[in-house]
Amino acid sequence: MLLDMILNKYPAQEDSLIEILLEFQDAKSSHFISEAEVKQIASYLQISEAKVCSVISFYTFFRTEQKGQHIIQVCRGVPCHVTADINIVKIIEKELGIKVDETTENKKFTLEYTSCLGLCDKAPVMRIDDKIYTNLTENKIKAILAEYRVYN
Amino acid sequence: MNSKYTLLVCDGASCKTTHKANLAAGFKKVIAEKKLGEFVSVVKTGCFGICGQGPIVKVLPDDLLYVSVKQTDIEEIVEEHIKNGNVVKRLLYTDPFTQEPVEKQKGKKIYQKQFRIALRNCGLINPEDITEYIAVRGYEALASVLADKTPIEVVELMKKSKLRGRGGGGFPTGLKWEFTAKQPGNEKYVICNADEGDPGAFMDRSVLEGDPHSVLEAMAIAGYAIGASQGYIYVRAEYPLAIHRLNIAMEQAREYGFLGKNIFSSGFDFDIDIRLGAGAFVCGEETALIHSMEGQRGEPTKKPPFPSVSGFRKKPTSVNNVETFANIPAIVLNGADWFASIGTENSKGTKVFALAGKINNIGLVEVPMGTTLREIIYDIGGGMVNNKEFKAVQSGGPSGGVIPKEHLDTPIDYESLKQIGSMMGSGGLIVLDEDDDIVQLAKFYLDFTQDESCGKCTPCRIGTKRMYEILDRLTKLEGSPDDLDILEDLAVNIKNSALCGLGQSAPNPVLSTMEYFKDEYEAYAYRKVKHTYSIITDKCIGCTKCARVCPVECISGSVKVPHVIDESLCIACGACYTACPVNAIEKP
Repeated sequence: MLLDMILNKYPAQEDSLIEILLEFQDAKSSHFISEAEVKQIASYLQISEAKVCSVISFYTFFRTEQKGQHIIQVCRGVPCHVTADINIVKIIEKELGIKVDETTENKKFTLEYTSCLGLCDKAPVMRIDDKIYTNLTENKIKAILAEYRVYN
Repeated sequence: MNSKYTLLVCDGASCKTTHKANLAAGFKKVIAEKKLGEFVSVVKTGCFGICGQGPIVKVLPDDLLYVSVKQTDIEEIVEEHIKNGNVVKRLLYTDPFTQEPVEKQKGKKIYQKQFRIALRNCGLINPEDITEYIAVRGYEALASVLADKTPIEVVELMKKSKLRGRGGGGFPTGLKWEFTAKQPGNEKYVICNADEGDPGAFMDRSVLEGDPHSVLEAMAIAGYAIGASQGYIYVRAEYPLAIHRLNIAMEQAREYGFLGKNIFSSGFDFDIDIRLGAGAFVCGEETALIHSMEGQRGEPTKKPPFPSVSGFRKKPTSVNNVETFANIPAIVLNGADWFASIGTENSKGTKVFALAGKINNIGLVEVPMGTTLREIIYDIGGGMVNNKEFKAVQSGGPSGGVIPKEHLDTPIDYESLKQIGSMMGSGGLIVLDEDDDIVQLAKFYLDFTQDESCGKCTPCRIGTKRMYEILDRLTKLEGSPDDLDILEDLAVNIKNSALCGLGQSAPNPVLSTMEYFKDEYEAYAYRKVKHTYSIITDKCIGCTKCARVCPVECISGSVKVPHVIDESLCIACGACYTACPVNAIEKP
């Protein structure tokens, strides 16, 4: 099991909780942490489930609902907001037929906002999984999404 | 690889071709013959930049350069310098002005006119290759500190340099180290705060991606000064490349013996680990950051106790920002007086600013403290995009405020920015022009803070929410003039009563915009603002460009017939205004 493998890499200390959650959620294809997994993590670290849940609910990175295979995060930093002549979110919403915080029916894409990605010199910016796309235009966004639809 | 000496042999293209023989291999061979392997390690580096005198060999920790080294000189250098500890004077680097041989490379004054201190290596070296960092005097500061200075002397040096924290607060770094060093106990920690959350700030990311070793080296110096043997870098997970580069850098530093046990044979142990942030802005606050590292909710706690007394794992901890660390090796190499000679009376050195928004040259600039905003925006930043009129610059992110035209000539330092209602923050400067709506901007920041509020204290959790609601009401033209008084009252109360720095500074964007742009607030309060775009029928040529770019499809009309905007649907995004070729669109 994926979770067992990841747990074994970390010492059974409370310190490791956030690292474990980050690595596991990233590795898991549906990118979320289920109730059963919360239980398993809590018992491994010997802390209460409530404690694990409180950490999950605190950090915006952690998700408790099933997400798409690819997570699209649109930067919500001020420079992206001020510089952009185009509304990236609206374009993606239109392309995918979903709103922010929703997942496409085929579980391929989830659309989210993210805090500033620090690439303000190349605004507007979005991130798909670990890849960052900069200086976005409507055509560029369409081409990127098309590529993900076909190849990934 | 802990040896008494490290020989850095230039492996740059110029030195390599001057003498076809492989100097590094030659040194290794002679050292092996003399059975000195345990005392000396040989390292190939990138170019030293004085190729005219190549090939170059640098000896650490002595900080001395041998130039024009030939294959036949190897024997003498190893025998005299490595074995007997005598400098081979005839091969020393000669200062081009004084014609004196220079024993220590420190004597050079090359940095005096440079204003890039924190960013000194960014873009000049390959950050994934430690030898390039070594070639620009990398790890020399650490070596010299370990060889020549006691921890107390290092703290004194920092105090004398008057370096202040670059993360926003501006607390003197030397004092922070001194407090931490004075605490009893052997278990102490150094933490590098790389949780750069201010929207519009990206200098820490650039330093980590462009010059990760300078941060590692500075952390080791901090560890030596305060008596810590473990450091952590708390970096946001939004920065995958920075994390990747840091990992490579740490691995290489360990391989070269700059991290790990018994660094430079001094008996000093120090290692560094990475901890990742998980998307909570408040974790940039040091107590919240420490809780997050401990695997808990990143909520701040009341100070005192300060982290320097009771921090990570309840042990004395010094938390410093990335840019602060990046300054430290340069201060050690060039001296405290050099650093303190740059800047203003109370703010020394330089500051990196991230220029963004409606300005021509977007990017990072590093200028001495005391430079005016006008110089930054017009001279360095290249002025406004499309020559639009400058309206204000937002500094300090969600904790700062706007600086209007009349303060463009204020010399920037920690105090002057506070005086005009903003703050240094991490150094994001977002330039706004005449088209930007100040009230909308304030609302944007409040939306950010109320969303990022950790929820621990009431003023911040509920107060910022109420402020946001008032701003929302105003911008929807549903507010009233009374709202302005309530908003201001609320802002002042939050400022006075919130628990941590983030809460206390959250109202700043509103307070400062209200001070300088009260008329815009009043326009909203008296519902005088027309907040939708409209088309001037006489000018419209029916080209359909506006209708095609409208994200909410509220523009209708057919080809060559004047178009109409449905004002009930318009979100005032301005896309049509930009797209129109004949200026037929009227702004709100």
